[in-house]
Amino acid sequence: MEILIPTINLESIYPEILITVFAILVLLLQVFTSLPGRKQLGYISLTGIVLASIIVLTQGGAFGENTALPIYSFSNLWVVDNFSRFFKLIILIGTGLTVLISIKYLKDEGIDHGEYYSLILFTTIGMMIMAGGSDLITIFLGIELMSISLYVLTGYTRKRLLSNESSLKYFLLGSFATCFLLYGISLLYGATGTTNLKGISGFISDANFGSPVLIIGMVLLLIGFGFKVASVPFHMWTPDVYEGAPAPITAFMSASPKAAAFAAFLRVFIEALPSLQGVWVDIIWVLAAMTMTAGNVIALVQDNVKRMLAYSSIAHAGYILVAFISTDKSGIASILYYMLAYTFMNIGAFAIVIIIGGKGEEKVHVKDYTGLGYRYPLTAAAMTLFLLSLTGIPPTAGFMGKLYLFSAAIKSGYVGLVTIAVLNSVISLYYYLKIIVAMYLKEPELDVAHDSLVFSPAMVIALIIAVCGVLLVGIFPSPYIAMAQQSYISF
Amino acid sequence: MVPLNHYLYLSAILFSIGAVGVFTTRNAMIIYMCIELMFNAVNLTFIAFSKFLNNLDGHIFTFMVMTVAAAEAAVGLAIIISMFRNKETVNVDEINLMKG
Repeated sequence: MEILIPTINLESIYPEILITVFAILVLLLQVFTSLPGRKQLGYISLTGIVLASIIVLTQGGAFGENTALPIYSFSNLWVVDNFSRFFKLIILIGTGLTVLISIKYLKDEGIDHGEYYSLILFTTIGMMIMAGGSDLITIFLGIELMSISLYVLTGYTRKRLLSNESSLKYFLLGSFATCFLLYGISLLYGATGTTNLKGISGFISDANFGSPVLIIGMVLLLIGFGFKVASVPFHMWTPDVYEGAPAPITAFMSASPKAAAFAAFLRVFIEALPSLQGVWVDIIWVLAAMTMTAGNVIALVQDNVKRMLAYSSIAHAGYILVAFISTDKSGIASILYYMLAYTFMNIGAFAIVIIIGGKGEEKVHVKDYTGLGYRYPLTAAAMTLFLLSLTGIPPTAGFMGKLYLFSAAIKSGYVGLVTIAVLNSVISLYYYLKIIVAMYLKEPELDVAHDSLVFSPAMVIALIIAVCGVLLVGIFPSPYIAMAQQSYISF
Repeated sequence: MVPLNHYLYLSAILFSIGAVGVFTTRNAMIIYMCIELMFNAVNLTFIAFSKFLNNLDGHIFTFMVMTVAAAEAAVGLAIIISMFRNKETVNVDEINLMKG
């Protein structure tokens, strides 16, 4: 028997190789750094992230008119196309901001080890693999690399009981969901005889596609992905994990891994299962409606800001699912654009939560924000901007994103679902405004008088990037929308 | 030769036993063992299909699943130990600092 060695195209995985090298480098370098020098490790990881972003941007030419893409490599296990490049950029932006907001937090909590940055970089590789995998094997490995690193990061403050608890819950529920994902993959493999996405879609369109094994496999996959993007009713883990995890990790989890999960979700369902669209569109319709409503309604009664933002992130997953079902070019482009906007506004909001939270994350309740507008007007203004953007009020990125998501869904005729989505946006205004009202309109109670807040340079840079991101993407949306439109997966 | 369907029924039954176990047991270690059972049920499905279809992809996938399960076990046991160090229990009913 002759064994064919597939051609290896290392060029197509340069960004991933680079991040891997930096992840290991950081791990090695921490042995040689003194305790005060540990924050340099953060800047080293940041260098890796910036270099990887540049490679992603130039890989296969500029966005747009390049006909060289998509490039398939490694026996069709891996693809470089505009879709994966756009998601990789979103992921790298999210990771970079997370590293910036972590540096001082780690020092305060006494956990500034190199492993932290290393694990974040490994998570990033996993997410990039999810975005670029064109085979269920690659996508599965990416998901697991991301999840296993995140389980550790969630429990990183290992002396805090809350952190332990959230890590244990995340781990048990995460692996439980992975089982469903895997069972779905195995049934798809059994029904079609291949794990390649294009192969699956080719098989289904040829053969009689109503086979029950196939449908069960698809539903199980939907459960697995529903868990990863935290859609109701698979969201139970989200509030607890987000509340207990270290705040920078919460910021990270709500942005980049969510984007990566949507990348894999979109690619599997749009590229491999377009023939079953009639079945999954209905299921996702229901999921989207439940996710938005449950997320927003439960967020109304939350007093802990971290937990409130957790429910708000569930609700945002619901808005994205609204555009998911339109499955055409504008639907997918709007998801990409919204993920970009969401990364800036959500990590920005969490950055402020970290600043206010102080040592040990004790001040995470709405009452801790009272009077912030008078004592720290700039901080309060930035928080207001992020919250307005999350609500979807012009001229912010969140407004353009939502407009674009909902108009894509309306074009495809889902008026009922968009009505639910708009009503939900109105509900969400209440709990976002609760924080704004506390910041500007309430007198601080005596016992919650602020200690002076400490702003580290890295944190200020992260906030400036987030504010600029929210405003730029919101006020001058056309280049980003054009970029998103060119990132449509073609099949 | 045992027909394919028997393997599929067996793996579906194993998967269900694991899933029920996750919901009914209260010890974090045993919950994790149930999850391992579900992983192995999936492996059985892959191998059965792979043999039936005369296609090696399923074998490769099984190796991947086994590797990942091993990595997950390492992380999971470490998490359970760090929980036990702080709280001296691995009963998930007593791990309830956060509501929800």
